[in-house]
Amino acid sequence: MLTILFDGIAYGMLLFVLACGLAVTLGLMNFVNLAHGSFAMAGGYITLVLVNDMGVPFSLGLVGAFVSAAVLGALLERTLYVHVYNKSPLDQVLFTIGLVFMSVAAVDYVMGSQQQFIQIPSALQGQFEVFGIGMSKYRLLIIAICGVITLALQLALISTRFGSQLRASVDDQRVARGLGINVGVVFAVTFALGSGLAGLGGALGAEILGLDPVFPLKYMIYFLIVVTVGGSSSITAPFFASILLGIGDVAGKYYVPKLGAFVIYTIMIIVLIVRPQGLFAHGRAR
Amino acid sequence: MTPVLETRALEKRFGGIVAANQVSLRLEKGARHALIGPNGAGKTTVINLLTGVLRPSSGEILLDGKDITNVEPHDRVRLGMARTFQINQLFADLTPLETLGLAISERLGTGTHWWRTVGSRAGVVDEIAELLERFRLVDVMQERTAILPYGKQRLLEIALAFACRPHLLLLDEPAAGVPDAERHEILATIATLPADVTVLLIEHDMDIVFSFAGRISVLVNGEMLVEGTVDEVSHDPRVRAVYLGEAFDG
Amino acid sequence: MVKPAHPLSADIAGLLRVRARWSPLEFVFWIIAFATIFLFPNYYLILAEIVIWALFAISIDLVLGYAGIITLGQAAFFGFGAYAAGLLAKHGLITEPTLALLASGLAAAVLGFFTSFLVLRGSDLTRLMVTLGVSLVLRELANRFPEVTGGADGMQGITINPVLGQFRFDLYGHTAYIYSLIVLFVLFVIARRIVRSPFGLSLVAIKGNPLRSAAVGIAVNWRLVAIYTIAAAYAGVAGALLTQTTAFASLEGFSFERSADGLLVLIIGGTGYLYGGVIGALIFRFGHDYLSSITPQYWQFWIGLFLVLIVLVGRDRIGTWFDPVRTLADRIAAWRSKRRARAIGAASREGGQP
Repeated sequence: MLTILFDGIAYGMLLFVLACGLAVTLGLMNFVNLAHGSFAMAGGYITLVLVNDMGVPFSLGLVGAFVSAAVLGALLERTLYVHVYNKSPLDQVLFTIGLVFMSVAAVDYVMGSQQQFIQIPSALQGQFEVFGIGMSKYRLLIIAICGVITLALQLALISTRFGSQLRASVDDQRVARGLGINVGVVFAVTFALGSGLAGLGGALGAEILGLDPVFPLKYMIYFLIVVTVGGSSSITAPFFASILLGIGDVAGKYYVPKLGAFVIYTIMIIVLIVRPQGLFAHGRAR
Repeated sequence: MTPVLETRALEKRFGGIVAANQVSLRLEKGARHALIGPNGAGKTTVINLLTGVLRPSSGEILLDGKDITNVEPHDRVRLGMARTFQINQLFADLTPLETLGLAISERLGTGTHWWRTVGSRAGVVDEIAELLERFRLVDVMQERTAILPYGKQRLLEIALAFACRPHLLLLDEPAAGVPDAERHEILATIATLPADVTVLLIEHDMDIVFSFAGRISVLVNGEMLVEGTVDEVSHDPRVRAVYLGEAFDG
Repeated sequence: MVKPAHPLSADIAGLLRVRARWSPLEFVFWIIAFATIFLFPNYYLILAEIVIWALFAISIDLVLGYAGIITLGQAAFFGFGAYAAGLLAKHGLITEPTLALLASGLAAAVLGFFTSFLVLRGSDLTRLMVTLGVSLVLRELANRFPEVTGGADGMQGITINPVLGQFRFDLYGHTAYIYSLIVLFVLFVIARRIVRSPFGLSLVAIKGNPLRSAAVGIAVNWRLVAIYTIAAAYAGVAGALLTQTTAFASLEGFSFERSADGLLVLIIGGTGYLYGGVIGALIFRFGHDYLSSITPQYWQFWIGLFLVLIVLVGRDRIGTWFDPVRTLADRIAAWRSKRRARAIGAASREGGQP
């Protein structure tokens, strides 16, 4: 059972790294980026090519995922997304769905539609036995990396100037602008960062979540659930939401295989009924 | 005599801010009651509490003696209460004809009738015609509300409240934003209200208040400062202090 | 006591009647639609598909175009109706197709009613989430119980009896198309009646200004529940039609792609006037054929590109493509009503009002 807890935590942290960019984007610009999963997919495939085809070490492959997804995010944000910020929610939805479809079809064309696997270094294969708990080495790595990232994010948010600018902009854009904060830059950087993290998550998670062209569609709902349950006004809330969902999903699938996948959906629907603004968020509904 | 409207110790808190503090109102039938006070005093908050848009933190609201504190806004309208908004709240894509037709259909209970056409019920068309004429909206009745000039929109805003045939009407600065030349139109139509309709009027313009109101309540910082007849209030030194005496000269 | 009628009453009554009246263009449209039965016998299968897409898009129009609810999960009801029809036929519960169609629509309506409460609260994002979530839950449910639904392979072994006991479904789609077209027409007429009614007017009001709507006595939430339920029924009938005309039901009916494509069909044709669903379905389906002949597999890419471009260019500007037709329809209606309105206005002004 503790193995399940362990796996669930790993899964949850992975979800968090994948979804935190989406949460911040939503909180910052009230923009629902349904194409967020496409950046994760991009990161995954970049790492695939780097590691499998070009023999790049796994760790560098991960870095490559982050960087390329971040660059892609920055590029798309400046060229396409900026034009859509002020449009109606329906337009934003249509726009991002369009991007998802394009990315899915493009990747299918270039990489083929079958699921692919990144070659993990042998050092990361297998598992440790600690007090009778089977801890897969790979999942341990996930927990380690995601844990570090989460801490770094929280630290950056609290202690750096950029972090306070971001928090101010999320809280009240107009006032932040009035204080001289360049909200546009804040958003561009945040978007790039969030996309980069998604890419890293996609690469890291390929082993667990699978990597194929329909990744953005398959996992769209999961990211949205994280953001819904966690709310979008902080990152600690989505973090705990992700852990909750990760454990819930893994445990559900193990104990009740037939209906296990519904644990996540059920949590989401209950949360939406009871607290539309998110389980952990305090204050405003978005 | 049961007052038409009564509030008991009505309070609304937003976090640490008390927007309405122990507000007590009592309006008899046919009253012409003005609610005045400096900007930010909480007058619109009171209206929002009365209409149900806001839920009070504590206190009670009674309409015709019935406790409506927990009644939904749309049900309060059905009980005979209607309001106008300080900033026009209209249906941008509907025409005045459709807007008034909508309100009248709702009032007559045909709002959910999906098989009729609008206005097919007897009497609806007559009422629409009457309101359009009374509020000088006949020449624009087929134009989209969004493109109407502000004065016409304001008239429609008030006509819409009238269409609900309320016996308690809450007017939130009905002449707000209307150029002086057109204010008299608005006031003239308010003056045509039947005597048995009770009116609570929020206003800044003292001329309007004096010509219209029988009793005045003064709200300052969410609290009821003074309540009384026009004479009593206009001579009250506390009120003069609040308004710096300017508005009450003569 | 009967009050004498107001002098303007007759004219206003006339204006309101004109508002609801069928424009000549609409008659032409439907005459042509039914004429296709005789004109294009080789295209029955495609035309039936178009009808189903149209009905589905109309269901989305009812909630999105008229009530302003953004939904990414209308497929929940489509799939539900599809499987309901499949089960009814397969297990011989209701063997006559039109009755089964009604039953499937009803089933979808019940589902719509119970899920409607989820879309009342919260922001647009919440609604997106909920509607998407419900459709995915259903898809997953259907996937998990292959003994009932056939799972990922779809429901096999469905045989559909002749319509009304008389008209057999054939390979060419003859019965399928006529049947579907009649269903579309009947449901369209009903929907048109609904949106022109006081109820429909209240929906437009709610979409435009929910605060004011409540302030004139409209029970906003109940109206939204009602239209959401009706729209669910429409989507369910569309799904049932698909099952009945193809003798097959699959998970695809619940998919996100189905919801998104339905949304796209509606956007292409335009929201808020019911015909958008039909026009959009025509363009969508023929566009699909055309693009598939160029690049067989990557249809999804073009849809995506189209969506991105539509939004960037601006949906209202794209709406102007149909301006010539709409202007014509407007002119005809205006010719009838504005002339009278101006006459009324002139008469009242002459009557001594400033």
